[in-house]
Amino acid sequence: MRSRKDRVFSILVLFPSIVLLGIFVYWFIGQTIYISLTDWGKVAPLAAHPPIHFIGLENYKTLFTGILEGRFCQDLVNTFFFTLFFVLGSIVLGLFLAILLDREPKGKGVLRTLFLYPMSLSFIVTGTIWRWLLAPRGGINVLPRLVGLPALRFEWTNSRTQILQFDWQDIPKLTVLVVAAVLVLLAVRNLRRGRKWQGLFTGIPAIGLVLWYIFGGSLIPSAGLLFPERHGFNLAIIGIIIAAIWQFSGYTMALYLAGLRGIPEELREAARIDGCNEFQMYRRVALPLLKPITLSAVIILGHISLKTFDLVFAMTGPDHASTDMPSVLMFIRTFRGNQFAIGAAIAVVLFILVAMVVIPYLFSSLRRRSSE
Amino acid sequence: MRFSKWAIVTFLMVGLLAMAGAVYAQDQKKLTGKLEIFSWWAGNEGPALQALINLYESKYPDVKVINATVAGGSGINAKAVLKTRMLGGNPPDSFQVHAGQELIGTWVVAHRMEDLTWMFKQQGWLDVFPKNLIDLISTKDGIWSVPVNIHRSNVLWYIPANLKKWGVTPPKTWDEFLQIAPKLQAQGIIPLALARTWTAEHLWESVALSVLGPDKWNALWKGELSFTSPDMIKVWDLFGKILKYTNSDASSLSWQQATDLVVNGKAAFNVMGDWAAGYMYTTLKLQPKKDFGWEASPGTDGVFMMLSDSFGLPIGAPDRDNAIAWLELLGSKEGQDTFNPLKGSISPRLDSDLSKYNVYSQSAAADWHKDTIVGSLVHGVVANERFMDGFATVMDMFLNSRNPEQAAKAAEAIALQSGIGK
Amino acid sequence: MNARFRLGRVVLYTLLGLLAVVYLTPIYMTLVTALKPAAEINLETAWNPPNHPYWASFVDAFTRMFPNLRNSIILTMFGTILSALLGSLNGYVLSKWRFRGANLIFTLMLFGMFIPYQIILIPLFQTLRTMHLYGGLPGLILAHVVYGIPITTLIFRNFYVQIPNEVVESASLDGAGFFGIYWRIVFPLSWLGMVVVIIWQFTQIWNDFLFGVTLTSHEWQPITVALAYLAGGQAVQWNLPMAGSILAALPPLLIYIIFGRYFIRGLLAGSVKG
Repeated sequence: MRSRKDRVFSILVLFPSIVLLGIFVYWFIGQTIYISLTDWGKVAPLAAHPPIHFIGLENYKTLFTGILEGRFCQDLVNTFFFTLFFVLGSIVLGLFLAILLDREPKGKGVLRTLFLYPMSLSFIVTGTIWRWLLAPRGGINVLPRLVGLPALRFEWTNSRTQILQFDWQDIPKLTVLVVAAVLVLLAVRNLRRGRKWQGLFTGIPAIGLVLWYIFGGSLIPSAGLLFPERHGFNLAIIGIIIAAIWQFSGYTMALYLAGLRGIPEELREAARIDGCNEFQMYRRVALPLLKPITLSAVIILGHISLKTFDLVFAMTGPDHASTDMPSVLMFIRTFRGNQFAIGAAIAVVLFILVAMVVIPYLFSSLRRRSSE
Repeated sequence: MRFSKWAIVTFLMVGLLAMAGAVYAQDQKKLTGKLEIFSWWAGNEGPALQALINLYESKYPDVKVINATVAGGSGINAKAVLKTRMLGGNPPDSFQVHAGQELIGTWVVAHRMEDLTWMFKQQGWLDVFPKNLIDLISTKDGIWSVPVNIHRSNVLWYIPANLKKWGVTPPKTWDEFLQIAPKLQAQGIIPLALARTWTAEHLWESVALSVLGPDKWNALWKGELSFTSPDMIKVWDLFGKILKYTNSDASSLSWQQATDLVVNGKAAFNVMGDWAAGYMYTTLKLQPKKDFGWEASPGTDGVFMMLSDSFGLPIGAPDRDNAIAWLELLGSKEGQDTFNPLKGSISPRLDSDLSKYNVYSQSAAADWHKDTIVGSLVHGVVANERFMDGFATVMDMFLNSRNPEQAAKAAEAIALQSGIGK
Repeated sequence: MNARFRLGRVVLYTLLGLLAVVYLTPIYMTLVTALKPAAEINLETAWNPPNHPYWASFVDAFTRMFPNLRNSIILTMFGTILSALLGSLNGYVLSKWRFRGANLIFTLMLFGMFIPYQIILIPLFQTLRTMHLYGGLPGLILAHVVYGIPITTLIFRNFYVQIPNEVVESASLDGAGFFGIYWRIVFPLSWLGMVVVIIWQFTQIWNDFLFGVTLTSHEWQPITVALAYLAGGQAVQWNLPMAGSILAALPPLLIYIIFGRYFIRGLLAGSVKG
């Protein structure tokens, strides 16, 4: 079956895609990285041949420690919390809807289409509609008045409250703590499974880091800023999270519906015969089988959330720091402030974030497939 | 040798006719090809642009006009498309841009625009546009765009009937405002309606103008007044005090929704550019002076803070002659008096025919003729795009922290980075 | 047992009813705003139904967006079909014809799915311009096809992995070659995967704004640009863009209504597993 001719055909078929992606993805990424290492934007950025100089990692340093780029740091924090709650919320709600529909209610087809339809809308439309819905003066806040109750007083995206605050200066310290915690967990797991060498390998650095944090904490360098910079979870993001979940829970619902349908009926019967009620059946039998779906949903939703631009832009406009995301900042810095190099640097940071989410997943499925 | 009299007459007639024909042909300028006009005028601003295009097409019927409008994103989408095209070597024949530093700081320093001084001289515009205006749209190397309209930034709007009901009069200074505001709040009225971040910047520049006055305002943008000087701290301080009397849900409102608050009697005053008049007059069908009223924003009486939409001539415009004809039409009396009544703005020309304009525009034009003219910050006259972009972040920072010193320092930092005053 | 069963059903229907209302709320708001004349639109009365339904906004929006409808239809049709075909061929090769490095190529392809579009706007424009494809629909179609390759390849590859290798082997024993197997065996079995891909790509391409507005000249712009135009201007008359949004969302909505159950069946058939 595997003749030389077939191998040639294989390459031939893949060739156009390889070339196209090579140019339109990898070459462009390379260009962006190069631009991020220059000072394009400082002098006459829109000239036919703008004077550009190579400045290495200056732009990145500015992004993370500049006075004016506190906004970028907050964007990163915003994106982190947004991704976390959006993915969690979509998965939980999608699973919930799928389980409900799995019970075969009447009108299942209609309901399924109903929950799925928000996906057919563009983010811009969704953002505009939800902007109206979440305006504190009208929209959802006013709904209770229709049934005679007093209006709600949520501030939604106007909120300037921030919880879970931390100081950006403390980031290195926090990183040490997080790494130490992870290592401790790994060490414990290794030792429990009797893997002595791995246990030592992870355990010793873990203990070392914990000791360093407790005793030598002040020796850990601060992030090098001039003033303390407080960041945290802006409650305003909740509005965006709600809109995004509304749009995407249909997708996770579809995934889980498919997954639930893929569970053979015998398994369910067996569980029932063993005395499980429906609730336990879902928990013990269905959920573990749905793990691979959850994983792929996390990846897809995660990367969509990191790229979110249209939704945020339509809902809160270009200059709303409490709901800002790196993609919005990138767009306005590049096309409104003409700072192409800084925009490219933000883009590269965004890449790296996405890569951090995606590459481990690709790696593991690559390994899995190689063994197929 | 009898040169027939008739021969001479005929000869002369033919000669005259030929000359007349040549002059006539010159006048009509047989233009062909296309003309691509790039703008972000959309929605209700569309008819004004269309009227100009119709006028152009009636004069030059062989030119196909392509109205390449890019709407949305408060102009950022248009900027993205325009900059992408220019960097990719595909300039439109002419594009809409705010007159002043938004044009100069982006396109002129990049050597992308042609100097139009010759056109101004040829068309006699140097006498017809106010000198302040021409100063604001030129550099020492030339004049860079043709202003087609003028909007005023520092206007205070109110509903006279409501004010009478509440027992207040429009404040002449911000101190007066700060005195009547608590009275309004006590009656459950929002003293000053505000919307998203850019409207806060818009309010800021009116406040700054009232504290600094026109001379110091100009000095600020020439680099002669420091952004951290005591005057500037006073500006931020006053601004912070005024913000206390605005609505807390400002960032969820569009500017029209803030105007709606005033119209509906939920708020007393609103500082906005005079496109608000267009909104109230055309969309909400209110009558100027009767249903809604206006004043110069507190403390800025006698000063006209202007912004202007204009068109320039990019170097390498594919249809240069057609573009030049377009620009000449834009700056002409006929063009401006066709466009502006529909747009709701006024013509920069001092000889504009005011009978075509509504009550508000006539009052604005009267002020245009007599007031001192300064340029707006938020709408691209006095500062370049990099500064404006950074200033939006500074404003949002101030809205969060209400710390005048921090805002002043941040403003100074971006002024330095953007080369203000150089 | 009966009582509990009925209680369970009651709870189920109540929950579903509540959720349905929640999901429908934004549509209600849009519809109601679209049916009001501009002067009546106000944040505070946003929930009230219109005094008299004002259908003119729909007519107005439709007339203004109609020229762009043609563009969107051509763009989406060609873009979807081409990226589906390309994805199908790629998926076929990567699932049935393993050769050294195939997995690496697949991974590299997948990575292309994750780039944010704003970044590559300027180089994309310049590249298309160099290829003389700027301004018209072919360039825009190319852009969508290229950036659709990763996801369509992923979906088809996972789908085809389900086809047992024995089927392929027996076909080749019967004398079918590389393309013969594809054409006679694999392609006819693809229709569920096609449904998933078509739904996904249709939605993406139909709703795209950024590429549509940057890469095309005025006469070739898709419907999303026309929609943005409706919402432009200094004094936005919200009935127009709301009506326009409803109209512009109809084709994808229709696709979801018609093909919705096949979407799920297609997901079930293997494109789900990462």
